[in-house]
Amino acid sequence: MYNKGTIIPGLVIFVLLVTSPIWFNGFKAATPPKPELPPGGEKNCVMPKEYMRDNHMVLLNQWRDSVLREEERVVVTVDGKNYRKGLQMACMQCHSNKEKFCDTCHTYADVNPYCWDCHLTPKEAASKEVTH
Amino acid sequence: MDKQRRNFLKIASVTALAGIGAPALVRLTSTAAVASEHVAAAGHAPAKEKAGAHGEAAPKGVRLGMVIDMRRFVENPRLLNNAIAACNLVHNIPQIDNSKSEIKWLWKAPFTSVFPEQSAYHAAGNVENTSFAVLCNHCDDPPCVRACPTQATFKIPGNGIIAMDYHRCIGCRFCMAACPYGARSFNWEDPRPYIKKYNPDFPTRMRGVVEKCNFCGERLALGQEPACVEACKGTGAMVFGDLNDPKSEIRRLLDKEFTIQRNASLGTKPSVFYIV
Repeated sequence: MYNKGTIIPGLVIFVLLVTSPIWFNGFKAATPPKPELPPGGEKNCVMPKEYMRDNHMVLLNQWRDSVLREEERVVVTVDGKNYRKGLQMACMQCHSNKEKFCDTCHTYADVNPYCWDCHLTPKEAASKEVTH
Repeated sequence: MDKQRRNFLKIASVTALAGIGAPALVRLTSTAAVASEHVAAAGHAPAKEKAGAHGEAAPKGVRLGMVIDMRRFVENPRLLNNAIAACNLVHNIPQIDNSKSEIKWLWKAPFTSVFPEQSAYHAAGNVENTSFAVLCNHCDDPPCVRACPTQATFKIPGNGIIAMDYHRCIGCRFCMAACPYGARSFNWEDPRPYIKKYNPDFPTRMRGVVEKCNFCGERLALGQEPACVEACKGTGAMVFGDLNDPKSEIRRLLDKEFTIQRNASLGTKPSVFYIV
């Protein structure tokens, strides 16, 4: 092999450079998000925790269709408390802080759901409150 | 193969004759069928006319509708403002002071705009000087629903309300072009800065969707009356109910009073009636 002295150190430097993200970040797990549990202390959701973690977006779409199209604006009862079907009506009654609940995971996973383009977060709704 | 000019001419002439003669032959043999078609068409004509006449089909199911008694609104000029304010508040409707961008669910319009097909020649004074209450007619045969390419607007089978799914609206505005009553508004800009007070029980809309009156479907589900009807409570200015129920209050009123619908000749079968 010609030029062994320059090629091998060059290759080593190249491999180190290319794999540098692994050396800097690879062995440190990023802190997993910790969404805030309902401040009101509610323990049960409309579905088990595991189902909600994976499929809350599916459930929200089903609710949307049943409320808007099938006129099934039924009341959801959890632990004896009644909620009207809907993101603003049911979910946000317990998970009253969108920034500490929804956003923690959504920011971590870099997803941008468009719920809040129309739906009001409790904070926004309170910013221009109906007084009557 | 023997390709002589004589044989070629023979085959060519026979083929030409067959080609020219075939249509005539077909017409001769099929006269009976064509004639029966004519009879069938003649037989269908009267039936079609009956269906296309101004009478509506036999009612079935719930069909929500409204009677607007303009005499009550003339008596009490503040009433309509209250009804509009109630609607705006309940549905987070932005107040944009610009006729191009404004959002209207329930609004005011002069008689000549609401009933352009009616003559306003020598009209009564209270007709000429009154603002009429106008809203989505929740037609039984809605042109907007037919125009919508995404089924974002649709008729709810259970009650006849023409509802919208704003999640699904792509903002093409076909429905606005299709609606003969101008009952639909487009969000040219983010409506939130123009909303004075939020109703936390109802969402707002976003830039790029069409919106309109929903007959307060969300309030009906809670057993409440539409917001505008509630604002006129006790005056009888707005009566809401099932048009297909012969015992309902709205039917009693319709049976008693002479009412008009907006541009009924279009065949959209509006569910909003006016007593002028």
